[in-house]
Amino acid sequence: MKMINPSRWQLLWFGRICRIPYQKVLENKIVSICLILLGIVLLLAILAPMIAPYDPNAIDLKNSLHPPSTAYPLGTDHLGRDVLSRLLYGATTSFVIAISVVGLSLVLGLLLGGAAGYYGGWLDETISRLMDLFLSFPGIIFALAIVGALGSGVLNLIIALSLVNWASYARLMRGQVLSTKNNDYISSARVIGASDRRILCRHILPNSLAPVVVLATMDIGHVILAAAALSFLGLGIPPSIPEWGSMLNAGKEFMRTAPYLTIFPGIAITFTVILFSLLGDGFRDILDPNKEETGLAIA
Amino acid sequence: MLRYLLKRSAFMVVTVLAVCAMTFGLMNIIPGGTAELILKHTFLELEEIPTDEQIAEISSRYNLHDPLYIQFSRWMGNALHGDLGTSYILKRPVTYLILLRLPATMMLALAAMSIAVLIGVPLGVLCALKENKLADYILRIATLIGVSMPGFWLALLLILVFSVTLKLFPVAGYGNISYLVLPAVALSAHTTAITLRMVRTGMLEVMNQPYIVFAMSKGLPTRYIVTKHAMRNALLPVITVLGLHLGHMLGGAVVIETIFAWPGVGSLLVNSIMARDVPVVQGCVLTIVGVFVIINLLVDLLYTYIDPRIKYV
Repeated sequence: MKMINPSRWQLLWFGRICRIPYQKVLENKIVSICLILLGIVLLLAILAPMIAPYDPNAIDLKNSLHPPSTAYPLGTDHLGRDVLSRLLYGATTSFVIAISVVGLSLVLGLLLGGAAGYYGGWLDETISRLMDLFLSFPGIIFALAIVGALGSGVLNLIIALSLVNWASYARLMRGQVLSTKNNDYISSARVIGASDRRILCRHILPNSLAPVVVLATMDIGHVILAAAALSFLGLGIPPSIPEWGSMLNAGKEFMRTAPYLTIFPGIAITFTVILFSLLGDGFRDILDPNKEETGLAIA
Repeated sequence: MLRYLLKRSAFMVVTVLAVCAMTFGLMNIIPGGTAELILKHTFLELEEIPTDEQIAEISSRYNLHDPLYIQFSRWMGNALHGDLGTSYILKRPVTYLILLRLPATMMLALAAMSIAVLIGVPLGVLCALKENKLADYILRIATLIGVSMPGFWLALLLILVFSVTLKLFPVAGYGNISYLVLPAVALSAHTTAITLRMVRTGMLEVMNQPYIVFAMSKGLPTRYIVTKHAMRNALLPVITVLGLHLGHMLGGAVVIETIFAWPGVGSLLVNSIMARDVPVVQGCVLTIVGVFVIINLLVDLLYTYIDPRIKYV
């Protein structure tokens, strides 16, 4: 990818921070296809208010449980709401949640893990124990308790999932920093008087980010799954906001008469998560080819 | 080894304590809520609004005025004696409720784990032996779908196909083995897929090792090489992951149990969270996290036994 007159910041971010070999990304067929498809899904999510044929919350009891037809491409639910429109708006909800959770966990993980790895000593000890703690019980249980206590809502769901999610990023980042910081070029930078901040941001971070990018990509899929699971239980998102998990929950009551209510939202979730898994696999092959398959997975 | 064991056990205790304390704090975020809740479920008629005096009386009877840390240490002290309090809503001792439901959850998790091992390991080996052939591609796609599909959706599809349409298995409930099949399959899908993947990767790696090449050049039959030489080494990392997954299944079981009305600890937890039945939530979290950390410890210890190269100090 050629950039015309890149500004200093563009250079910093695209060239240094991520160190993503664009050529390789574009050469990898699976990654390119995933990126295109995810772009389309993201576009659908952003454009939902414009392209959705109906208001996702418009109740029309005369047309309830209408099977898929030309007027309602994917049918209507028990309140006569258009399933296609709800799926499109649901994509927005899922993306907002997944990107916020991964973003928050990433920032927390990078800061805490980076500090622990770089400074060592009591700081490392404290943060590491905290990480161990958060990694040593099933996150979904704690997320359930948090959402149960705070009540349902997009923000509460984001807080709950980020709280149980940050530790894996911190652990990864700490390990990365530990393995990077003893390189000669770091010592050289220190010798010529670079500050800690400069060393961390300009030298250590760019060189430790690759596996974190892989983790984050795969994690978006996992977060979509976890959020859907919580909503499915009726604990995540209030019913007024369309969400794939809660659509499945509402649809399961009408499995005999309207099985399409159970099928379409599930396909939407699975399809999106598959794209993120494939993308993560592809990124891993490109960014650190030596690493073996980890089988990272939650619930 | 003993030192390691002591350190691990101490950390386990701290983990369980910390998680319980966090849950306790969370469930008590709304002040006065607990007293109102007890009143609503125990003493009042439907739709009756509790008066301030009633709330004050309940609060003093249940010691709800004490600071949270006092309440928590009292709860913890009782828990050490096996007394987890009494459910506000079901009005039974929490210990009794949990012990009643723990076997169902354990049965479900073990059944799911058996399915994952019995299907994942042989198919993973098959994939590795047929690398880049048709069978490998089909199974890899199946794995990808298995990893990406929400367990609860699979559960719904299974119900749709096998209960509603084919009427082979009951839709939900608890009883003979036919009730166990669908929940166990739904719960195991994710772990099966991960196991298959890991066994495949492990086998591919091991099959390129010099000792395998040597065994092949000696003319040993493939079946013998695979079972005696390759699998034993390829399966080592799988055991750790399976152990972790057995723990995570307790979390996944929460959703699956709710769908199938399976009377386990998971569905008890969800129902109590919705009803804000704090003692039961506390008890369930303590149980699930406790079982989880114990499983992890056992897996680590098992690992030193299986792979003597690993020593904990």
